Amino acid sequence: MKEMKVDAIRNGTVIDHIPAGKSWQVTEILKIHGAPLLVGVNLSSRKFGRKDLIKIEDHELSLAEANSIALIAPQASISIIREFEIAEKITVTIPSEIVELIVCPNPNCVTNSEPVLTRFATGGPSPGPGGSVSVSCTYCEKRYRVEDVRIRV
Amino acid sequence: MKNLISMRDLAPQETLALLQLAEDIEAKRVRPDLSGRLAALLFFEPSTRTHFSFDTAMKRLGGQTLSMSGSGGTSAQKGESLADTLKTISMYADLIVIRSAIEGAARYAAEVIDIPVINAGDGANQHPTQALLDLYSIRKTQGRLEDLSIALVGDLKFGRTAHSLVQALARFRPRFSFVSPEHLGMPYYILEDLQAAGVSYRQLTSLDGLACELDVMYVTRIQRERFADPEEYEKVKGCYVVNRATLAGARESMRVLHPLPRVNEIAAEVDTTRHAYYFQQAHNGVPVRQALLATLLEAAE
Repeated sequence: MKEMKVDAIRNGTVIDHIPAGKSWQVTEILKIHGAPLLVGVNLSSRKFGRKDLIKIEDHELSLAEANSIALIAPQASISIIREFEIAEKITVTIPSEIVELIVCPNPNCVTNSEPVLTRFATGGPSPGPGGSVSVSCTYCEKRYRVEDVRIRV
Repeated sequence: MKNLISMRDLAPQETLALLQLAEDIEAKRVRPDLSGRLAALLFFEPSTRTHFSFDTAMKRLGGQTLSMSGSGGTSAQKGESLADTLKTISMYADLIVIRSAIEGAARYAAEVIDIPVINAGDGANQHPTQALLDLYSIRKTQGRLEDLSIALVGDLKFGRTAHSLVQALARFRPRFSFVSPEHLGMPYYILEDLQAAGVSYRQLTSLDGLACELDVMYVTRIQRERFADPEEYEKVKGCYVVNRATLAGARESMRVLHPLPRVNEIAAEVDTTRHAYYFQQAHNGVPVRQALLATLLEAAE
């Protein structure tokens, strides 16, 4: 597939290498409802086969904002654009605790019956090929692979 | 130490301090005075042993209790949130003991109220006071907690006592043998933690020839109430029965523990052997809970 023509942005942020189909969740998490967005879905990628990409005009992502999408897009490359040039690159890192974002899959967990924000501790990738990040519920103490949990958007 | 929610929160020296205090209380070397103190025992899920044990522990130290058992007739039935119920009760009592079928209920309780909270069992998650009395029983019968060979037998997937005990013992260089039907094995996240901590364990499906290697055999009930499908329960119930033959060749000092109630997993003929310890074990719940109540109430003063 030929590279699609998307207008370059003058100032703002480009989030590249989002897993294909996850860009909607990323925009919801970032809650950048006000800023003009260009979303590319199912673009071809040499690294991943398919990917999504988001361009945000006139908004520079903070480190905290960048890290909040780490669960969904741990491989994302984030570039801050000033005057059409890449001014800065941000590497996302997974925070040690994730508040509110994850729904605990355990139906018997107190977070699913009482008005309490979920809290999950993140753990290093599990051993083995394709080892994924694990998240442990602070309340019911169950541990899950990140791809087995639902992200609240 | 403000609350006791999970054995994960307890440092080894805190565990040992509690066990030592329990021993001193049992030997009548010390007697904490809890007169004038009031503990609310909130058992949203029924229990006899744990409930009575807390009640006894509090009263024998001169304290008093408020008791609730089952959710019938409470404000929970009228639709009140757990948080509101707890906040109200915390106005009356100095400490709350909570048993609930909801996992994480005790941790949540500790966040919404200011007085100390003791987890007396939350669903299939934790049962830390049972783990403490198990540790106390192990230390009393073996003279130490370190370097013991311990088998856990039965439902290791849903058995919260097994989870709490394994996490508590993991700090004391144990050698674990996990004996369970294939589908009721120890959860993978507990095994991962043991691996990360360098604790040695093996997973078995049979008890054959195991007794002679052990210091402690900890047997648990396969809990009917944790099975959604009665057919699945029928398949695994009665798959382990510890009898005199199972214990052939065991060391004299080897003890069989069980959190009780037992159904048929330990034959009655074992009760009269030197290895049986489960009834004394239940009795140990009182000094351990006395030590815990005294420690938390003193810290809260």
